[in-house]
Amino acid sequence: MTKASQLEAKTVSEAGKSHLVNGNKSSEHEPTFRRRHVLDLDDFSVDEINAVLQNANAMKEVLQRDIKKVPTLRGKSVITLFYENSTRTRVSFEQAGKILSADVINVSNSGSSAEKGESLYNTALTLQAMNADIIVVRHPDSGAPHFLSRFLDASVINAGDGLHAHPTQSLLDMYTIKEYLGEIAGLKVVIVGDMLYSRVARSNLWGLTKMGANIVLCGPPTLMPTDFINGGKDMEGHPFSAVTIEPNLEKALEGADVIMTLRLQLERQRAGHLPTLREYSKIYGINQKRLDLAKPGALVMHPGPMNEGVEIDSEVAHGARSVIEAQVTNGVAIRMALLYSVVTPGRESI
Amino acid sequence: MTQAKQERNILSADEIRRALVRISHEILERNGGVQKVVLVGLHTRGVPLTARLAAYIREFEGTAVATGSLDIGLYRDDLASGARPIMRKTDIPVDIQDRHVVIVDDVLYTGRTIRAAMDALNDFGRPKEIQLAVLVDRGHRELPIRPDYVGKNVPTSFDEDVRVRLEEVDGLDEVVLTRRGDDDEG
Repeated sequence: MTKASQLEAKTVSEAGKSHLVNGNKSSEHEPTFRRRHVLDLDDFSVDEINAVLQNANAMKEVLQRDIKKVPTLRGKSVITLFYENSTRTRVSFEQAGKILSADVINVSNSGSSAEKGESLYNTALTLQAMNADIIVVRHPDSGAPHFLSRFLDASVINAGDGLHAHPTQSLLDMYTIKEYLGEIAGLKVVIVGDMLYSRVARSNLWGLTKMGANIVLCGPPTLMPTDFINGGKDMEGHPFSAVTIEPNLEKALEGADVIMTLRLQLERQRAGHLPTLREYSKIYGINQKRLDLAKPGALVMHPGPMNEGVEIDSEVAHGARSVIEAQVTNGVAIRMALLYSVVTPGRESI
Repeated sequence: MTQAKQERNILSADEIRRALVRISHEILERNGGVQKVVLVGLHTRGVPLTARLAAYIREFEGTAVATGSLDIGLYRDDLASGARPIMRKTDIPVDIQDRHVVIVDDVLYTGRTIRAAMDALNDFGRPKEIQLAVLVDRGHRELPIRPDYVGKNVPTSFDEDVRVRLEEVDGLDEVVLTRRGDDDEG
């Protein structure tokens, strides 16, 4: 069984690669999405991203109905396996699964066998043995979802792993930008904050550059992975060639279409990356005065949870240009689209 | 690609127009006008057909008929087979409760799409009546479903495909019969 499933995983990933190569061949054909796992956006083609966004658009209509329930995933099991605290991502996946009529079971590390010392490997095998079709995993270690995808028959969706990736957040960010501004290509997107520890920023770098956005990164030099960004620039055709680093926030915000503020994890200050939170807020906080430097219709985004008064002022967070709540709603639609797309084509065919 | 496709023309542009004109008259006649009617087109080609029917009805009656569009992707019964087309947005802008809903699609075949469409409509309300209009009925039903309005009945064999092409989607109006395996379209 293990060998067969490895073979399957290989075939799927190779099919994904060949699709990547052909992804931009024709603009006429319908975008397609054939993938069993969603681990990060680095190997997604533009076509696949468009397919997810388009399906999410259909899912959003379901969210606006009086009766928010469709029978699509009846009889399928989704298990959310969260080794880190989370409200919005976990609830969002749970809501997405339930609206699609899947059975959703939530497992978190506190109160589970993980607390008794069970390994991730054994926990995942146990959940699979209980017929999970999709395992949504959040883990403090980068690469944990990838590790699971190598031996599970179930689909694995990454709900955030360490410093590595948070692909569903990036997809919902892109969906929200498209919803409000129409297109992503050519937009100036300024990402402000702790780039070093942000998996949201990393997935967005891949996603947004593929979709043709011009990204400007702004944040404290101690939290800016300059090598990571510039390393990609030297490679021809690398998506990061459209990324610039601008340490001065006022300069960075000039003419911005989208301002993406990142959550400042308060432990960064204790770790010595920042002198004080007050200083951070003074230099990198988004307030009304700074917002005025961006384009008149610019969007303000935040992946949540916010530290109001640190990285973003309350009046901006809840102001007219804020789409932070729309991001949350769109997150459910994006996750519905992904659950719908990855669900395995019946166990008998594996 | 180099070999000539074996396509047999079933309906020309003019014949499509006449069939739709007739169907719009039949819808008006059967429902006594369009006060209570909602036309719901199924993606992809049922949607432009709905727009055309609505335009004819407006021309003949002088009143606009309510229309909507529906993607049945979430209600398919073949999800397990791996068929996973990209979904279009469903848009039912009026309350269908107690209305006469006319489902509009290009080809009626097994009836499974229509079954899914009826399930979907039920999630929006309880119509007084659901009717079905199709441009082509090619037979081979697998469910007890029959159309109320038909552009043309075309008896087919299993190894044949009916391909409807519409100006709005394909750049020209025609319906052709092809041998399966001629090309990979659709």
